[in-house]
Amino acid sequence: MSAIPKEEYIYKCTSACAGCSSSLCLRYVLKAAGPDSVLVVPACCTSVIQGIYPATAMNVPVYNVAFAAAAACASGMSEAFAATGRDTNVIVYAGDGGTVDIGIQSLSGAFERGANFLYICYDNEAYGNTGMQRSGSTPLGARTTTTPGGKPTAKKDLDRIVQAHNPPYMATACSAYPLDLYKKVRKALSIKGPKFIHILAPCPPGWRYPTEKTVEMGKLAVKTGMWVLYEREFGKLTINGPSKAAMRKPEPLEDYIRGQGRFKNLSPETLDLMRQQVEQNIQRLAREEEGIC
Amino acid sequence: MLTIATGNRAVAEAVKAAKPAVIAAYPITPQTEIVEQIAEYVTSGDLESHYIPVESEHSAMAACIGASVGGVRTFTATSSHGLLYMHEMIHWAAGGRLPIVMANVNRALGPGWNTWAEHTDAFSQRDTGWLQVYVGTVQEAYDATLMAFRIAEDERVLLPVMVNLDGFSLSHITQSLETEEIGDFLPPYHLPHAIDTEKPRGYGPMTGPDNYYRFRWDIERSMRDAREVITEVEREFADRFGRSYGPTEEYRCEDADVVVIALGTFGKEAEVAVDRLRDEGIRAGSMRLRWFRPFPHLDLSGREVVVIDRDYSFGFGGVVANSIRAKTGIEPYSVIAGLGGQEVTYNDIADFVRGRRPGEETWFGVNNHV
Repeated sequence: MSAIPKEEYIYKCTSACAGCSSSLCLRYVLKAAGPDSVLVVPACCTSVIQGIYPATAMNVPVYNVAFAAAAACASGMSEAFAATGRDTNVIVYAGDGGTVDIGIQSLSGAFERGANFLYICYDNEAYGNTGMQRSGSTPLGARTTTTPGGKPTAKKDLDRIVQAHNPPYMATACSAYPLDLYKKVRKALSIKGPKFIHILAPCPPGWRYPTEKTVEMGKLAVKTGMWVLYEREFGKLTINGPSKAAMRKPEPLEDYIRGQGRFKNLSPETLDLMRQQVEQNIQRLAREEEGIC
Repeated sequence: MLTIATGNRAVAEAVKAAKPAVIAAYPITPQTEIVEQIAEYVTSGDLESHYIPVESEHSAMAACIGASVGGVRTFTATSSHGLLYMHEMIHWAAGGRLPIVMANVNRALGPGWNTWAEHTDAFSQRDTGWLQVYVGTVQEAYDATLMAFRIAEDERVLLPVMVNLDGFSLSHITQSLETEEIGDFLPPYHLPHAIDTEKPRGYGPMTGPDNYYRFRWDIERSMRDAREVITEVEREFADRFGRSYGPTEEYRCEDADVVVIALGTFGKEAEVAVDRLRDEGIRAGSMRLRWFRPFPHLDLSGREVVVIDRDYSFGFGGVVANSIRAKTGIEPYSVIAGLGGQEVTYNDIADFVRGRRPGEETWFGVNNHV
C-alpha cells in the first residue's frame, strides 16, 4: 500500500452515506489518476456526494452532466484536450443506471469511435441516488423499491457488451480491493483509447446490511464468485489473484446472500438459478483465460 | 471570393473560416450536406479540426459541451427531430454558459415524416437560453454563422447561438456567395471558466434554491446585454466586409401603412409581394425578423401588421404573431402558412395583405372542406 500517494482529491465530510463504497473507490481512483485529471459525472450518487454549490469536496475539476451524456461529453472533452496538446486524464465516474440503462448508447458510441478516456462504472446494482429502484444491473431476486417482490430477470451483462467493442483495456474491480483498483486505474490511464473499469460497489442502505460490513460484503462477492476480478488487455484476459482462488473453490453463495436484506425471502429456485449463473460466468471466464474460447 | 453555393454549403464555408477545433456531426435531412461538406474539409486538410461522428444528436451536443468547456471552439448542425432529441443538452449548453454555435436547418416534425421547412422545431427551443437568428439568403447564412461565433464568445454573452435556415428553400437552393478572409474578426477562443486542472472547480453541482435563481438571472442579464453585442458585431462586420445586418431587415417600411412580418425565406418572398402591392397603391413594407432571441425592440406604432407564422403553438396561436402582440401591443393579422413546406408564393403573401383582418387568425389553405 506504500505506493499509493498520500495526496487526497476527495475531502472528508462528503455527503455520502455511512459505509458508502463508491466514494471510497473514487478516493483511490483519484489517487491513481493524480491532479491532472477531470471527472465527468452524470446523474448518480457522486452528483450529490461532491457537495452543494458553492462548496465542493473535490480537488480536481468535476464536470457534472446530464444522465445519458457522460461518455459523449467526455469524448468531446478529450478531443479538446488533444487539440490543445494536453495530456489531462478524462475520467467518467458513473453509476450503473447511467451506464447500463440510460447511458449505454453514448458509451457504445464513444467506444466504437475509439475516444481516449477512461469510463468507470461504479455499480451498486440499483438507482441509489433516487432511493434504490431497479436498474438493468440489479441482480436476479434482489428487492428494490420497484421490484418489491424481487427482480425477475438477471443482471445485464455490461462487461460482455463493452467487450464487444474491443477496447484496449477493460477490467473489473471491487471496493473491497482498493490496491487492485488503484493498479487498474494506473494501467488504464497509461493506455490510449477507450478504457473501461467496472467496480462492484456495495451499498449499505440499498442492499440493506450494516454500514460496517461494506468491505466484508465486497470480499464475499468476490470469494463466492458472484463478482470476478479480471483484466482484459488488448483482448487477453487475466483473472486476478483473489478471484483465482475463488474460482477454484468458491465459498457458498449463501454467505453472500444471507447478510443482505435485499435478498430476504429469496426462493430456493431463485437461489439455484443464481448459483447456475455464477457457475456459468466463472466457467466462461476460465475457458477464455485458458484460450479455449 | 465570389462563388455560388447552397445555404448548407455557405454554413460549411463559414465554419471552415471560423476553424472550430472540435466538430460533432450526425446526419439528418436537410442538414446533412453541412456535416458532409465539413468532413470533406477536414479530410482534405482545408480545415484542421477534430471531427466526432457521434451516434446521436443528444451525444452531438454533449460532445460539443465537453469540448467547449474543455477550452476550444465547437460547432454542430442539426434539424427538426435531431434538435428535439438534443433538447436536454440544449438547456445544458446554455446553463453551462458555453458559446457553442449550431446551425439548425428548419424542418417540420413528425408524424407524418416531412422533411420540408417549418419553424416549430426551433421555436420549441426558444426558452432554453440560446440566441436564435433566422436567415433569408445564402450570403446571410454564411455571414450570420461567422458572426454567431463572435457573439457567442463575447464575455458579455457566453451563450450558445443557433443559426436557423429554412430546409430546402434555403438549405438546398443556390445563390451567389462572397466568402471572406476573416483575419482577426474572430479572436482566439477564450472561455473564462474553461477547465483548468491547476484551478479545480465544480461545474454544475447540486445548487440549492438560494443560488439557482441567480444563475438563471445571469442568463437573462446576458441575453439583454447580447442585444448591444449583436449590434456591435454586426456593425464591425459591415465595416470589414460591407454587408449590414440588424435585428430586422426592413424593406420599404419607412412610409408603410401595413407591414408584413415573417422569418427566413418568407421574409424575402414578402419583399416581392411588397413591390406588387405598391404597384397597386397599397403602401406595404416587409420587416423580416432576424433575431428571435433576444427578441428585438420593434417600433410598429401606427401601422397595421400581417404576421406569417411558419409554426404553430396548438391551443394558443402563431408563435411570432403572439410574440409581436405581447411585445408591441399591436393586434396583428395572423396567418399560419407554409407548414411542412406548404407552398406560399409572393402572390399569396400579397393576398394576405389585401385581405387582412387585424386581430384575427387564418390558416392558409384551410377552408370548410379541410
